[in-house]
Amino acid sequence: MSINSLQERPSREEATVTQEEAREAVFRTEGLNLWYGNTQALHNIELDQRANEVTAIIGPSGCGKSTYIKTLNRMVQMNPIVKVTGKVYYRDQNIFDRKFPVEELRTRVGMVFQKPNPFPKTIFENVAYGPKIHGIRNKKLLAEIVEESLKGAAIWEEVKDRLQENAFGLSGGQQQRLCIARCLAIEPDVILMDEPTSALDPKSTLKVEELVQQLKSKYSIMIVTHNMQQAARISDRTAFFLNGEVIEFDETDKIFSNPSDKRTEDYITGRFG
Amino acid sequence: MEQNYINQEEVSRRIPGRLAVNKVVRGLFLTSTLFGLVVLAILLYDVITDSWGWIDWQFLTSVMSFNEEAAGIIGAISGTLWLMLIVGPVTMIIGVATAIYLEEYVKEGRVRTFFETNVANLAGVPSIVFGLLGLTVFVRLMNMGSVVLAGGLTMSLLVLPIVIVSAQESLRAVPSYLREASFGMGATRWQTIRSVVLPAALPSILTGMILAMSRAIGETAPLIALGIPALLIPLPSGLFDSFTVLPVQVYYWTIDAALNQNYASLAAATIVVLLVLMFILNSAAILIRNKFQQRF
Repeated sequence: MSINSLQERPSREEATVTQEEAREAVFRTEGLNLWYGNTQALHNIELDQRANEVTAIIGPSGCGKSTYIKTLNRMVQMNPIVKVTGKVYYRDQNIFDRKFPVEELRTRVGMVFQKPNPFPKTIFENVAYGPKIHGIRNKKLLAEIVEESLKGAAIWEEVKDRLQENAFGLSGGQQQRLCIARCLAIEPDVILMDEPTSALDPKSTLKVEELVQQLKSKYSIMIVTHNMQQAARISDRTAFFLNGEVIEFDETDKIFSNPSDKRTEDYITGRFG
Repeated sequence: MEQNYINQEEVSRRIPGRLAVNKVVRGLFLTSTLFGLVVLAILLYDVITDSWGWIDWQFLTSVMSFNEEAAGIIGAISGTLWLMLIVGPVTMIIGVATAIYLEEYVKEGRVRTFFETNVANLAGVPSIVFGLLGLTVFVRLMNMGSVVLAGGLTMSLLVLPIVIVSAQESLRAVPSYLREASFGMGATRWQTIRSVVLPAALPSILTGMILAMSRAIGETAPLIALGIPALLIPLPSGLFDSFTVLPVQVYYWTIDAALNQNYASLAAATIVVLLVLMFILNSAAILIRNKFQQRF
């Protein structure tokens, strides 16, 4: 599927029809431009994230891939110098719409960060944090959510006997899976992952990759990665970013076997970046 | 390289000189450190010898008296405790709230710089000026008189800038990725502050609080400006009672030492009590810091 055929956004009536389909777009980015002060970091981005798929975003350092993914949950706008034009639709709601509270968006769109960032609290409290801020007080229910989330992030077996210990006692890889569990606990629709394995050793990286594969049956995942093999291994579709532009966006197999743009080919064959 | 740029003989010749400079510098630093410590030791020696034999149970539990043998400082001790009872909560609430507002709500820019500069200026205002401020606003304008509440509020104003600045530092030391993690889950700013930022910053905020309290306990000038009485027999039992505090007691006894040499000993004895109190507070600050220090 080419980018152009996705540009026609279905109206609200049509959207109810397309929701029946398995692979409708959960995120639709149209003509997104972003500036840090006077420096333009993203140029006219057109990109779709489809349901229950893993989209990988690759590109050299400073190409805007992290900036883009942080735009989707409006994290990037915490920096006051950032200016944005264009539209990003999350399930047909413009995320920049003033009537769409950012807290609600971030409840639907979870994020896993580059560096594992557990809270200085117990393992249990880390996972229970999200449900608690969204109003769940029932202890039994919280315990259930924590267990389900930790199981979902494939770390339950490792931590079930030490839920009351400080999360800082876990290894880096365990901390990152804990952060994924924490993200699952708010039952998001989309999970954004910003280079989630760049601070991890190869074994932990493998575990997180396997986890991403399992999670895509329930969630839509967008993952920024520096590691092209990782993109090839785990994603359904891949976007190649360069200097703040989407150079190519296609099926992962196509990107890695037969890219249509010379620059994509140069990058994936390791000629630069 | 064609030639040797470093002449090994020259290097060897210069080594003794370099080592000598090294030693001299170390000595200079040590001397600077000792300067303060030695002066403190002299002061301690002086007050302890002056007060020797004067600090006993009777001294600690008796009220004021013109008869130096019967005089005690229970009034000053209870006044100091009353003062802490006001300064603690007032500075904690107002100071931490101000710091949270400046650090977490106001965007970096002119407004924040304006606020921060003024807080810093406030910290540099002489304490006697705060005393006159308290006299004007609390004692006269609000018609309280020189009571516990007026003294406590004046002292709170005096140490507020210290609390604000140290609380700001504590909040700034909380890594931004913890805030991001919380915001990333859809938490509001207040939820993030209450559940993530404040718990992480609290030990450090408390340390700053305690140090500010020990400053408040030792201050004399503003309370003298407020008109704290020199001789007070009844103990304060509420916010609107007259009171006196340890450093003010020291001040008046020192002045009166010209009349009666024994008053100097009483002043020295009061200083020892005051120093012990401060020592306890500072130790508590260090203990709290060590116990709750979190590695991020």
